[in-house]
Amino acid sequence: MTEIVRMSATQLVEEMAQGNLSSVEITEAHLDRIDSVDGEIHAYLHVDRDGALATAAEADAARNTGADLPPLAGVPVALKDVMAMRGVPTTVGSRILDGWLPPYDATVVTQLRSNLMPILGKTNMDEFAMGSSTEYSAYGPTRNPWDTTRIPGGSGGGSAAALAAFEAPLAIGTDTGGSIRQPAAVTGTVGVKPTYGGVSRYGLVALASSLDQAGPCARTVRDAAMLHRAIAGYDPMDSTSIDAPVPDFVAAVREGDVRGMRIGLVTELSGDGYQAGVQQRFTEAVELLAGLGAEIVEVSCPNFTHALGAYYLILPSEASSNLAKFDGMRYGLRVSDGDEGVEQVMARTRAAGFGDEVKRRIMLGTYALSSGYYDAYYGQAQKVRTLVQRDFDAAFADCHVLISPTCPTTAFPLGEKVDDPLAMYLNDIATIPVNLAGNAALSMPVGLAPEDGLPVGLQIMAPHHQDARLYSVAGVLEGALEDRWGRPLIEEVGA
Amino acid sequence: MSDITRDEVAHLARLARLDLPEEDLTHYAEQLDVILDAVAAVSQVAADDIPATSHPVPMANVFRDDVNRGCLDRDEVLSQAPAAEDGRFQVPRILDDEEPS
Repeated sequence: MTEIVRMSATQLVEEMAQGNLSSVEITEAHLDRIDSVDGEIHAYLHVDRDGALATAAEADAARNTGADLPPLAGVPVALKDVMAMRGVPTTVGSRILDGWLPPYDATVVTQLRSNLMPILGKTNMDEFAMGSSTEYSAYGPTRNPWDTTRIPGGSGGGSAAALAAFEAPLAIGTDTGGSIRQPAAVTGTVGVKPTYGGVSRYGLVALASSLDQAGPCARTVRDAAMLHRAIAGYDPMDSTSIDAPVPDFVAAVREGDVRGMRIGLVTELSGDGYQAGVQQRFTEAVELLAGLGAEIVEVSCPNFTHALGAYYLILPSEASSNLAKFDGMRYGLRVSDGDEGVEQVMARTRAAGFGDEVKRRIMLGTYALSSGYYDAYYGQAQKVRTLVQRDFDAAFADCHVLISPTCPTTAFPLGEKVDDPLAMYLNDIATIPVNLAGNAALSMPVGLAPEDGLPVGLQIMAPHHQDARLYSVAGVLEGALEDRWGRPLIEEVGA
Repeated sequence: MSDITRDEVAHLARLARLDLPEEDLTHYAEQLDVILDAVAAVSQVAADDIPATSHPVPMANVFRDDVNRGCLDRDEVLSQAPAAEDGRFQVPRILDDEEPS
């Protein structure tokens, strides 16, 4: 039998259904794995051993009664530390929330609990989800399991690394400009940014509310579809939540077919700045899709070239407002030397509690929103957002889905871009347009770049509310790639 | 060119309630200048007749019935506060406050 921690969620479900494994055994195997490898990888900020085992025992007891169980009952999951979980440390990668124990659960956590999924712990992330490498975490970086001198992507590097290091079969991420997809790409895993509003934001510590979207991370497309279904759905606690039935994403994987489908290659998301091996594996995947019966067309989205600029005005603006609540008054850090007034205490607390990148973005947002600059920066960025949406509308009028490389390069070395904010931002060039428009996208592995042996991600983009198309295309492509490789790419990790 | 100055960064830091040392102000001024130069082109892209988009989906207000429902446990919430007294958040003095420097 395959080692427990190397099994997909789909396999674990099957083993439990057949009575070969219990959820407690599965959860313990993952906790043991965390004990043995996380000292090096540092995917987790907090491991909730007792909580996970209690849920596992509950799942096993429910199974023994013969009750009808949710599909993923008993399958453990890792949670990005951006989600509030009652009584469990939630730091959002920041010193300012060191030691905070939330008094409530995020809706996603409630859903995981009602699905009887043991939550293994909280995963590392760039502070307040600002970053593309997890190096901006106040608690030290996460290392990429493919090469521990490299970044695991960000902001959700902890969730992606936990999957690639077999420290969890499933994980939750959040994606504001690529924070699910880019880590998936550089760790050879699968990550999905659902349509905006598809998964509740309640209890998610907000970075940029009009861009933030939680979603599933997994090692296979089908596993991602199962987790997506478990966490999706209408939530009255989130005013932007989609009030519509959740499509059957798992059926979309099972019945996936690209014959007769028009797939658009976005001209602006290739060429200069894209690593040769990334481009090569991407092109091979496109040829494979054509061979499977898809019609490949080239489409131009001219305003995508301005998306990065618009994003780095809109995001800091929203973030500077959202992060105003961290003032040292009601929760988290307070820095004071005694008899200071409230504003001085706030300013000292925020200076001590926030890291460099968070301070940069708060000031950038404050600048973009300030009198005299508002129209030229924030106002204009919102107009560019409209243009990006129009580009998507035009492209989707002609194509069922669009595809591109997920990121311009494979995982870069730790430390390489940490003091060069602009170079760090350029990682998100292909993932940002989707967040601005609010539609859905998925990243999946399509091979290793020949020049460095590191994973390459392919991004599939679908119109609003058509997330099922992502699974349809990704499922077919994953099957064809694994036929070619003879085994899943993830089995090459650490080889 | 945006040419953001050290003094402007000091002003932004004040507005954002960030008590930054002198050397940080100079460092951030240089970095913000580079970032703003890179994003400044955005202000030239859209014509006047392009509407602004603040949200990716149409926004509608959400209402619920005006009935009592549970709320967070007071003691649990206050246990997370930096300081609490008599069932309330305890905060630094708010009157006779000097302007933050």
